[in-house]
Amino acid sequence: MSNYRDLLRTARAEIEELHAPQARELLDDDAVLVDVRERDEWEQGRIPGAVHVPRGHLESRIEQAAPDRSRPVVLYCASGNRSVFAARTLGELGYERPISLAGGYTEWQRSGLPTELPRTLGPARSTRYSRHLLIPEVGEEGQLRLLDSSILLVGAGGLGSPAALYLAAAGVGRIGIVDADVVDETNLQRQIAHSTDSLGEPKTDSARRRIEGLNPDVEVVPFRERLTSENIERILDPGWDVIVDGADNFPTRYLVNDACVWHDIPVVHGSIFRFEGQVTVFKPRSGPCYRCLFPQPPPPELAPSCAEGGVLGVLPGVIGSIQASEALKLALGIGEPLIGRLLLYDALSGEFTEVKLRRDPACPVCGESPTITDYVDYVEFCQGVAH
Amino acid sequence: MSRVRIPPTLRSETQGAREVEARGGTVRELLDDLMSRFPALRGQLLEEDDLAPFVNVYVEGEDVRTKNGLETAVDESSLIILLPAMAGG
Repeated sequence: MSNYRDLLRTARAEIEELHAPQARELLDDDAVLVDVRERDEWEQGRIPGAVHVPRGHLESRIEQAAPDRSRPVVLYCASGNRSVFAARTLGELGYERPISLAGGYTEWQRSGLPTELPRTLGPARSTRYSRHLLIPEVGEEGQLRLLDSSILLVGAGGLGSPAALYLAAAGVGRIGIVDADVVDETNLQRQIAHSTDSLGEPKTDSARRRIEGLNPDVEVVPFRERLTSENIERILDPGWDVIVDGADNFPTRYLVNDACVWHDIPVVHGSIFRFEGQVTVFKPRSGPCYRCLFPQPPPPELAPSCAEGGVLGVLPGVIGSIQASEALKLALGIGEPLIGRLLLYDALSGEFTEVKLRRDPACPVCGESPTITDYVDYVEFCQGVAH
Repeated sequence: MSRVRIPPTLRSETQGAREVEARGGTVRELLDDLMSRFPALRGQLLEEDDLAPFVNVYVEGEDVRTKNGLETAVDESSLIILLPAMAGG
């Protein structure tokens, strides 16, 4: 009968072991690093870049962590014994080059190689965000990323309301809201961040109360002012990862566009009228900007606002929620954002249509030889001096 | 006949129709046919005989400005989308 020592000796003879410096070279050269220790060990420190797959879950979870069996996989535990068995298991699963880190995490540390203390969500947040943690594309790392992210909403009206609530619920750590208006009765048919109780209150205060009630993890940064050429630099100064444009007028939309091209901030753009909505992502340098799409705004008589033409109350719910979804994708760096694609939604026919958008090499702001390099008078520009 | 989708801001000129049929081998011919029946559309689509800068026209999902502009070919099965900018939020 074999004892533990015999088993270990047999397994060790069957697998490849590398000492920390050689393992590091291999890691720099595209190997996958897997930590097979228990959760409490992982939480006390790890090797940067490692994926955590406890030994007990190795067989069931390794394919998700290391889908490519031809890539070398370096496994480590505390002292290099459990990882020997783990390496043998990977060999049995068809991995071409499983390697055990000799001496494990202890020897890695002793060699003076870098380690890090992982951040974790803690039990309360793990429960709150459990449905995100279950999605491989989000997980604990993604959720921490959301909690670290900052998203600015331009407008807390029809589009800004659902976007604000879903981003807050998702755990976006800092949400800025720019809006100068107060809540009035005509808003309540669609602007779900506000309520009958908040009539007459600034929208920034009303939205802030709803968000804080929904998720205390979120810091709300209110800007109770209309976005202008004069205040935009100050408002952008704290640094925003994504801007959600839910403005209700052309001057603000062109202003947001120009600023975001110059500051290299992606804009999730949405607009609505009656039964129809448009949504796209303008990501500087990766795709077109708003001016590539519409070089000039229409003359005012051809562009009635929702206040003049009306809007189905639920329409901003659809478009604002798509905007929130795009903003989360951008913050997480996952999926295929709507860059270079404009999604049109017609609520009456129940149809989505997609059209392609391309960068305009002659665009005055993001083109090859820009002619607009500083803020202009956006109100004058949109009053159609050219028409 | 190609199908042309009329945006909500232009529907007052097409008696409320959301989609109309139009005849033509190019975008220009098709718009001419459309504007002969709905003359008020002209000022909202064209500027100095070219496409107005605040309107986009898509043929099968592609912006005609990235193709041959008003001379872009269309065929009977084409879906044409007229898309002016909207600012509502």
